[in-house]
Amino acid sequence: MNAPATFKAIVTPASPRIMAERQPKIVARDVDVFYGDKHAIKKLSIDIPDRAVSAFIGPSGCGKSTFLRAINRMNDTIPSCRVAGNITVDGRDIYDRDIDVVQLRANVGMVFQKPNPFPKSIFENVAYGPRIHGLAGNKTDLEEIVVSSLKKAGLFEEVKDRLQHPGTGLSGGQQQRLCIARAIAVNPEVILMDEPCSALDPIATARIEELIDELRQNYCIVIVTHSMQQAARVSQLTAFFHLGTLVEFGDTDEVFTAPQEKRTQDYITGRFG
Amino acid sequence: MTEKQRKVQAGNIARRYAAEKRFRLYGVAALTVTTAFLAVLLVDIVWRSLPAYLQYNAVMTVTVDASKIDPAKPAAGDFEGVVKAAWREQLPSVESRADRRLLNSLLSNAGGSELRRQVLADPSLIGKEVSVPVMLSDDADLYLKGVVTGVARATGDGPLQIRAEGENYFLSGRGIDPGAIVLAAGGAFKIAPEGSSAPAEVIAAPGPAAEVPAGQWQLLSFDTPETGRKIGDRQAVWLEMLRDKNVFERQVAWNFFLNGDSREAEQAGILGSIVGSLMVVFVTVALSLPVGVAAAIYLEEFAPKNRLTELIEVNINNLAAVPSIIFGLLGLAVFLSFFGMPRSVPLVGGLVIALMSLPTIIIASRAAVRAVPPSIREAALGIGASHQQAVFHHVLPLAMPGIMTGTILALASAIGETAPLLLIGMVAFIVDIPSGFLDSATVLPVQIYLWSDLPEKAFEARTAAAIVVLLVIMMVLNALAIYLRKRFERRW
Repeated sequence: MNAPATFKAIVTPASPRIMAERQPKIVARDVDVFYGDKHAIKKLSIDIPDRAVSAFIGPSGCGKSTFLRAINRMNDTIPSCRVAGNITVDGRDIYDRDIDVVQLRANVGMVFQKPNPFPKSIFENVAYGPRIHGLAGNKTDLEEIVVSSLKKAGLFEEVKDRLQHPGTGLSGGQQQRLCIARAIAVNPEVILMDEPCSALDPIATARIEELIDELRQNYCIVIVTHSMQQAARVSQLTAFFHLGTLVEFGDTDEVFTAPQEKRTQDYITGRFG
Repeated sequence: MTEKQRKVQAGNIARRYAAEKRFRLYGVAALTVTTAFLAVLLVDIVWRSLPAYLQYNAVMTVTVDASKIDPAKPAAGDFEGVVKAAWREQLPSVESRADRRLLNSLLSNAGGSELRRQVLADPSLIGKEVSVPVMLSDDADLYLKGVVTGVARATGDGPLQIRAEGENYFLSGRGIDPGAIVLAAGGAFKIAPEGSSAPAEVIAAPGPAAEVPAGQWQLLSFDTPETGRKIGDRQAVWLEMLRDKNVFERQVAWNFFLNGDSREAEQAGILGSIVGSLMVVFVTVALSLPVGVAAAIYLEEFAPKNRLTELIEVNINNLAAVPSIIFGLLGLAVFLSFFGMPRSVPLVGGLVIALMSLPTIIIASRAAVRAVPPSIREAALGIGASHQQAVFHHVLPLAMPGIMTGTILALASAIGETAPLLLIGMVAFIVDIPSGFLDSATVLPVQIYLWSDLPEKAFEARTAAAIVVLLVIMMVLNALAIYLRKRFERRW
C-alpha cells in the first residue's frame, strides 16, 4: 500500500499500564537505522519493560526485525548498516564506545527465525557460550549450567540420555528450544526472539510459547512475530510497526481489542499486511 | 484446451522425452569413452612397467677370498673381483681374454653389492663359501626376460655328426644351415656363413663326441640378427648354457625401489626421487595450506570490501591461470638469484610449488568459507562470541571439508609438476638419496622425464614403473586426504 506521509509516528512512547509497575529495561530514543540509503527505522522511541514479553508485529519490511537486531547490535555485521539515536539497556547506552559488543550480546541473547544449532553435540551447543565467557570454573560447574539451561528451556527430559548426540539431529521444535537453552546458558537479562516459531509446526509452536511464558518470570523478552494470534497469546505488550515507524505500543489486550490507531486496527483485522 | 493445442502438446512431450533420452545417451557414451581411454592408458603403462619389478640374478656359490677381502678392512674389499671369479668358474670353457671380457660384461658392475652387504653385516663369512644372488647387467637381464629379442630353441631332429680336425670342428645334420647356432655335447658352435666351407666357430668347447643322437642337441635361433642385439651370439649362448644349469633366479628387483638414480639401468632406482617428491610436497603443504587458508579467511571474513581487496581478489584468480613454468622462472629469479638459495633442493622446489598452489587453495577455501550458512555465524555472534571465535570455532570446521578438497586438487597437480622444477635445477642427475631439505634432489615426474630420454631399453620399463609409482603415491596421498576430509566431516 502507499505510505501516506500524513501518518503521524509516535515520537514519545505511549505508556502502557504495565509500565506503571516496573522500570523499563530497554529504552530507545529517536532511533534511526539505515541500510545504505534505505531508511529502515525512522525516529523510533520505545520503552520495553523487564520480566514481560513484548511482541513486535507488523507487515514484512516494516523494520521490526531490524530494530530487534539493533538491540544487541547484530546489525554491526552488515557493513552498510548505520544506527543513529540512542538505545539503552539498564541505563547504559549500548552504542557507546565503552560498551563491548561481545559483552552486550552475552547480556542480550538472541534466538533466530530458523533453528540454528551448532553442528556439535547437544551438550557442546549449550556449553559453548559459558565456555567462551568463562562462566564455569570447572567441568562440574559447566555440566550444571548445561543441565539447568536445558531444564529452563524444557528440553532436558527429552535429551538427557543423548547429550552427546548431534544437536542437528533433533526435531525443529527441539532445535529451537536448544537454541533458547544456548541463549539462556550465558545468563542474559534480555532475550530477543526473531520469529522463533515461523519454521515450526503448531505443536512445537505451542511448546515454545509455553516456554516463553515461563521464561518471562526471569527475563525481559522481545519477540518479533508475524502471527497476531501468537502475539495475543504470549505477550503482555504489543508494538505495531509500519514502514519503519512505531505506530502503536500498549498492553496487548488493549492493542488487540481497542487499538488507538486506525492502521493498527486495519492490520489486526486483516485489512492489509 | 482445443484439439489442436492438445496435439501440439503431445508432440512437445514426445520431443522432450526424446531429448532427455538423447542426453542420457551422450552421458553414457562420454563415460564409456573416458573409462576406455583410462583403462587403455593404465593397462599399457602397467604392462610396460612389468619387466622393472623382477630381475634375473645369478645365484652362485662364492668363495669369499680373504686375500681379496681384508678381514681388517672388509669395506675396502674387492667384492666385484670375487663375484667375477665365481662367475667365470661357471663357464670354465671360456678362456680367451676377449671372451672373458664379454662374459664379465654380462654381470652388473655392482654385481657384488649383495655379497658386500652380507659380508659387512657378518665379517665372519670371510674365508667361507657363500651362496649369493649376483646382479646381471640390464642387457643380460632383458635377454633372459625375452624382452629384447625373441629366442627359440629347437631340439635337433636326427643325429648330429661332429668332425674334429685339430682345433676345427665341422658339423653336419638336419637343420645345420649356414649361420645356425648349435648346442651340443656340452659345447656350442656357430656354423660358418653361407658360401664358406670354413669350420664352425666354437663358442664353448665341447666334450669329446663324434655323433650326438637325435633329441640331445639343440638349434638356437633369434628374431633379430646379431648386429641388432646388445647381447651377441656368444653371450647369448653362454646365458643359455647357464640357464640350463639353473644359475639364474627371478627375484624382486629391490634395487628399483631402494636405490637412487644411476647411469646403469639395472642399478637405477626411484627411492631418491620418491624422497625428493615427498619433501617437496611436505614443504608445499606446510607453506601453502596455512598461508592459503589464512588468506582465504581474512579475505572472506575480515577484509574490508574496497578497491584494494578487489584488486587482490582479481589477481589471485589470475594467478591460478598462470602457466607453471612462469612460477619456475619466478623461483629462479627470486629464490636462487636474489636470495641465493642453493639449486636443486627440495626446499626451493617446495617454495615454488607452494606459490603455484596458493591461488587454487585460496580460491577453494574462500568458496568453502562462503558456503558456510550465515546462520551459524549469527548463532555464535548472538551468544557473544567474538568475530574471530565465530570464524575459528564454527565457520572453519564447517568449511574444512571444502578446504581439504581444494588442497587435495592443488597437491595432486603439485606432485605431478615438472616444468617449474626444471628451472630451479631439480633436473640434475642425482645419485644420492636426499636426507634433508637442503640436499640436492629430484622428484618423480622429473625422474620420469629424465629416464624417458635415455636410449637403454631397460630404462623404458623403469620409466613406466616410475609412472606407476607416481600414480600410486598420488592415490595414496589422495586417499589420505579424503580420509582426513571424512574425519573433519564427521564432526557434523
